[in-house]
Amino acid sequence: MLRLTAGRVGSLLARRATAALSTGSARMASHGHEVSDTTDMSQPLYYDSVDLPLPDRPYKVELTAAEQSLKQKEKGPWNQLTNEEKIALYRIKFCQTYSEMGRKSHEWKTVLGTAFFFLGLTGLLFWWQVLYVYPPHPRSFEPDWQARQLQRMLDMRMNPIEGLASKWDYEKGQWK
Amino acid sequence: MFSAAVRLSVSGVRALTRTQPRCQAVLASRCYSHGTQETDEEFDSRWVTYFNRPDIDAWELRKGVNTLIEYDLVPEPKILEAALRACRRLDDFASTVRILEVVKEKAGPHKDIYPYVIQELRPTLSELGIATPEELGIDKA
Repeated sequence: MLRLTAGRVGSLLARRATAALSTGSARMASHGHEVSDTTDMSQPLYYDSVDLPLPDRPYKVELTAAEQSLKQKEKGPWNQLTNEEKIALYRIKFCQTYSEMGRKSHEWKTVLGTAFFFLGLTGLLFWWQVLYVYPPHPRSFEPDWQARQLQRMLDMRMNPIEGLASKWDYEKGQWK
Repeated sequence: MFSAAVRLSVSGVRALTRTQPRCQAVLASRCYSHGTQETDEEFDSRWVTYFNRPDIDAWELRKGVNTLIEYDLVPEPKILEAALRACRRLDDFASTVRILEVVKEKAGPHKDIYPYVIQELRPTLSELGIATPEELGIDKA
């Protein structure tokens, strides 16, 4: 019976997997009609990276008529291109310039602020815990008890060579 | 092996002392434990030959530039000139600007390498009509 159940689960999974693969996207048929942006990873991708100056495909693939005529002009001498046209050619092929890629962001403020916020929250939580969760101190923590405990330790000559009793001057009745 | 290590350290020291404005760009020293080490001139001429191929195609240009950038060096102006001329043969203006941008990026903290490269490439840039990122104003975005 166990083997039969496993087989039925297996066939169910196989049917789901083939359904997902046949639609050619990552959506599962059971997930409803939400629209997700799927990237076709089998085609060359464009991405801006400092390590990859020339990506696998140009940034803009569908060109307007003006851009297409500019591409035609690109086949001639480049001295005839104005600076604006040169920048336009650059923007057709690439999305961000190197300086745009490498610009600093203000994310560090968000990160630091969030970290401090959660540290503060933890601190508050801990303080509440100290007030309301911790049990009261044992009697042996009271100063009176501690004093009598210390006196007893000295009377017993605890660690008389290098420890506690060796630091107490028994003639004068005070610490050395 | 010891002599190879001595040779490698010597070339490493030589590469370090060569990072001066008027000198060659910093070039890598390969760490082979045996066999001959390719000289800087052989490396340069190999890459110049690669880009100078008259029927180079767009993929090979991209692959060449991307591979060259992976190395721990700033390419010599003569290699860059060959790459820029290859872009011209392929009617690809945007890639020329991109190549100049990436050279500046590769130089990193050595701020004197990029002006030197541009100075060496100036005849080629004027001949082909290539504008530097600074002239186009896209270096400050």
